[in-house]
Amino acid sequence: MGFFTDTSICIGCKACEVACKEWNRVPESPQGFTGDSYDNTIDLGADTWRHVAFVEQRKPIGIEAAERSLVEAASLDQLAAESGLQTYQEGDGMRWLMASDVCKHCTDAACLEVCPTGALFRTEFGTVVVQEDVCNGCGYCVPACPFGVLDKREGDGRVWKCTLCYDRLKDDKEPACAQACPTDSIQFGELEELRERAGARVEALVDAGAERAQLYLAGDDDGIGGAGAFFLLLDEPEVYGLPPDPIDTTRDLGSTWAAAGLAAVGLGAALAAAVLGGRR
Amino acid sequence: MSETGSATAPRQASYHGNPVIKEPVWTPEIPWYFFAGGLGGGSAALAWLAERAGEEELARRAWPIALAGVGVSPVLLISDLGRPSRFLNMLRMFKVTSPMSVGSWLLAATGTAVGLAAADALTDLVPGVVGRVARPAAAALGLPLSTYTAALIAQTAVPAWHEARRELPVVFGAGAAASAGAAATIATPLRHAAAARRVALAGAAAELLSVQAMEQRLGELGEPYHTEQAGTYARVARGLTVGGALLVGALGARSRPAAIAGGAMVLAGAACERWSVFKAGLQSARDPKYTVGPQRERVDGGRGRGASRRPAAARALAAAREAVAR
Repeated sequence: MGFFTDTSICIGCKACEVACKEWNRVPESPQGFTGDSYDNTIDLGADTWRHVAFVEQRKPIGIEAAERSLVEAASLDQLAAESGLQTYQEGDGMRWLMASDVCKHCTDAACLEVCPTGALFRTEFGTVVVQEDVCNGCGYCVPACPFGVLDKREGDGRVWKCTLCYDRLKDDKEPACAQACPTDSIQFGELEELRERAGARVEALVDAGAERAQLYLAGDDDGIGGAGAFFLLLDEPEVYGLPPDPIDTTRDLGSTWAAAGLAAVGLGAALAAAVLGGRR
Repeated sequence: MSETGSATAPRQASYHGNPVIKEPVWTPEIPWYFFAGGLGGGSAALAWLAERAGEEELARRAWPIALAGVGVSPVLLISDLGRPSRFLNMLRMFKVTSPMSVGSWLLAATGTAVGLAAADALTDLVPGVVGRVARPAAAALGLPLSTYTAALIAQTAVPAWHEARRELPVVFGAGAAASAGAAATIATPLRHAAAARRVALAGAAAELLSVQAMEQRLGELGEPYHTEQAGTYARVARGLTVGGALLVGALGARSRPAAIAGGAMVLAGAACERWSVFKAGLQSARDPKYTVGPQRERVDGGRGRGASRRPAAARALAAAREAVAR
């Protein structure tokens, strides 16, 4: 089971953030006023399990686009004249990208792999959950996550993150954020079915002119072996603060351990040479 | 504005300049543990080897140093925990994918062996057979204890650490040798300290060279190692290590004060080098360019599949756009 977040129909209402906080009793996370569009939540963390990102983009047309290429500027002008459409949206040429981010519940989850206590585990729903009665706050999962999802909670000492509403799933209910989403930007269901729906949706969007529409984490062949939460984005992932090529570093575990082992052997050999070598 | 929409994404697009990954939340205890674990592990190996070489005076001083280093380590680690009372959960399971899990067991085993070996070397309390097993065991376990911490930080998404996974263990191992040699040089009378001085000098040289090689191979990702606080620590480390090694090498065999001063400088240099590595990791996590840049290059250069999939129609359109632009 998992999430498909279709950011093309997100209206930035933050109902998901609120519903998540309410249901999971996540403490408040006042961040002050950032000035970064409508985003005062900033990022995912111990006290933010759903985060709505706001990106304000202006598509360069005419002379502004000429910075890149005069030919392209001319072709864009021509396109605008023929279609009557100026840019993403008519009028001011601005577009507003909104996207609700969440824990990806990776198939190959680095947080789970590095957790020394076994507090992080995979549930019967394929999701990744922290057991708060086991976590001792070692903090290893925090830098291990390629998406920066986990963090330590101030004054509590343990790490917290999205559970994909483990308690609700056990009662055959959909997660709080998905239920609260008024536009169905957040959809919950069987991954296979969601992927099919997402594939059709992205095709339709591209046909309608959203040329950079893309599915993010929708396959099994990425660096994390697929995800329990995937997204339809209208621009490159880094624009939304998502890594373009996230990798579970456990894939490099062989070379990591080999290097540490070789260095240990080398240290032993060098010490032996330095200590014993002086005798002769 | 960083997110203007050109036909391809700008090189260094980011979300309001925010980090993509989280900065490690580890406290200053952790770089100090890297130092203490290396000092303890290296000293255990040095002590046992000194016994083999018949250097009893050196060994009698290296064992307590090993005990101090390995003994303070769990204290540092436990005080870093968000829930220190749950430290025993570290031994709830053994996971090879978690260098921290492997390290917890390794530290528990090394601590036991070094404790018994040191007690055996300094007192009559330990039965002979136990001491005979504990001494080589302490030496053998001390070696990986000195280098696994590099694997621990390399097994993260922090770019400056993960991409240095092949070099960091060498840096840490060299630092362990330098620390163990330097500490023994300080503690041992001149005429019994020749082997300690050789270890300190070899370790210092290896440390300087391995750091250089690591930065070279990292290329652009080596930048965090010589900027901001990490850069300051690196420069101080280099100065102390070079100065201390010269002092030990030139005067360490004749003057006890010179040996002590030089040894202290090499020790401090090894500590600063661990701090430099630690800070470099934090700096590289904080700036999205170190996370996004190499990943974007991987995808664009065809060396990584990336996580985005675009429909065929979109790919064709993008290609046509590129052709027109050219």
